[in-house]
Amino acid sequence: MTAIIIDDEPLARMMVKEYLQHYPTITVAAECGDGFEGLKAIQFHNPDLIFLDIQMPKITGFEMLELVDEPPAVIFTTAFEEYAIKAFDAHAADYLLKPFSKERFDKAIQKMMLQQNNNAPLITATALQTAIQNNRIVVKENGKIKIIPYAQIQYVEAADDYIKIHTADGVFLKKKTMQYYEDNLPAQEFIRVHRSYIINTQLITRIDLHEKDSHLLLLTTGVRLPVSKAGYVKLKMVLGI
Amino acid sequence: MAFYIPSYKKSKKAFVFAFCTWWLFWGVLQITILQNVGVNAVIAAVDSFTSVCLLAAFCLLIVNNMHYYLPGKEKYLYVLIISLALSAFWLLIVKLVLKLFYKNEVIYLQVLSQSGGIRYAFGFLMIGCITMLSLLLYTQQEQQENDKRKEDTDRLAKDAELNKLRQQLQPHFLFNSLNSISALTGSQPEKARHMIQQLADFLRGTLKKEEQQWISFDEELQYVKLYLDIEKVRFGHRLQTEITFDDAALQMKLPALILQPLVENAIKFGLYDTLEDVTIFIDAKTTNGQLQLTIQNPFDETTAVPVTGTGFGLSSTKRRLFLLFGRYDLLQIKKDATQFITEITIPQTA
Repeated sequence: MTAIIIDDEPLARMMVKEYLQHYPTITVAAECGDGFEGLKAIQFHNPDLIFLDIQMPKITGFEMLELVDEPPAVIFTTAFEEYAIKAFDAHAADYLLKPFSKERFDKAIQKMMLQQNNNAPLITATALQTAIQNNRIVVKENGKIKIIPYAQIQYVEAADDYIKIHTADGVFLKKKTMQYYEDNLPAQEFIRVHRSYIINTQLITRIDLHEKDSHLLLLTTGVRLPVSKAGYVKLKMVLGI
Repeated sequence: MAFYIPSYKKSKKAFVFAFCTWWLFWGVLQITILQNVGVNAVIAAVDSFTSVCLLAAFCLLIVNNMHYYLPGKEKYLYVLIISLALSAFWLLIVKLVLKLFYKNEVIYLQVLSQSGGIRYAFGFLMIGCITMLSLLLYTQQEQQENDKRKEDTDRLAKDAELNKLRQQLQPHFLFNSLNSISALTGSQPEKARHMIQQLADFLRGTLKKEEQQWISFDEELQYVKLYLDIEKVRFGHRLQTEITFDDAALQMKLPALILQPLVENAIKFGLYDTLEDVTIFIDAKTTNGQLQLTIQNPFDETTAVPVTGTGFGLSSTKRRLFLLFGRYDLLQIKKDATQFITEITIPQTA
């Protein structure tokens, strides 16, 4: 069994490594100081287990995990108690609060092994929660990680199982639902004007009547998007027209 | 007598019912007495109706009046005077009305003039009782409201204090430091002991210092260095610091714990906003007799999002400086693509 330790504090990684010495069947394939290295190491080593800190440079542990296609078992290690609920939403095997004892660590390993024997899916991609309170979306582009602050999003478009995030730097794909972003993007700045579109209200230049009951919306970027009847009602409410 | 609590519909209904019953009782009693002294039934009823209704109206007037205005210190004197005056006024009106009504009923007019004393006593008792009751009730209500307000204020103050304490103790810093110590105990116990010492000194400094206290820059710097030393153990080679100052600055005064949160902020943004090794610059100099502190940390303009919207966690420092000096311009920020610079100026008061 291989494991990867991802934590930005060297001593914290050392601690996990030390506790792992009692498990000869588990070998540490890599140690990483941030989510970027972590993602690379996961793709390279394809580990069975990762120990993951949450607050790390540039992107959080949650955000990194979102970018892993088939995540292995995850044990979160963090001093942040307030993330615990989110971690279990992310179907973490366990959640260790720093500093943790050897006994608590052993329990987490046992729990993880039990889950793995039962073949229970440890992480389900759809159940993963973004660290959305960061006001940004993290995407992967050609194996590279890109951080998109909300303000840079022009509009979000539905595309089967994915959504397309349109920005000035290009279009990015993400495996999420429209509903998710409708619920999580700030409601004053982003409106779902159509089944397939959520737009940034800062970029609206014009709204034209298209046909009976439907409107066309013009963004500053020159893009025209359809507005449904329900979408138009929402637009009027938020824009106060 | 029912309690008059206007805000509750149910009690209002009960009040109206009790109020009516109460006056009906006195009205019937008055009719009976008048008939007993030889007044005929119709006249007795009219007399009773007039006086009781008027009295009830006067009482209602008082209850409502007291709802808006509660007499202060000399409330008992107020009750006495208002009852005496109002009952006299009431009696006057009753007599006038009834005299006008039954100009020719000689026997009745005689009874009316003879019963003046007892009528006055009755009116005084009624008005006095009602005034007294509503006075007590409203005073009690006011007291309850005051108590509740005081309770709320106390709770808010306690919450604020607790928050401040929590802020001071910085749980994340504390738990992560403890985790580092825990890691060190196995392989480098001497280092662990050293770090415990540093952490203890740091915490002692946090608890000892009052926010109102003014200390020398030298003292604040020692405290900040302690903090930086602990953070360096946690983050290893990733965190570097460079501290420069002119000698005159060391003896300048500043409000306790003003630099530390800024350094903490710089570390947070430096370490969590870039992937490379991070150097935090701290500089202190005297300009025009004022202490000028500069804190510089690397950051990435493209991804840094002010977490709270108030701007990189500096709002509380800005607020504190405003409370101390009444000026908003003492904290300035500058940034280019890679560096974030915070500057604060501390005027030296006497």
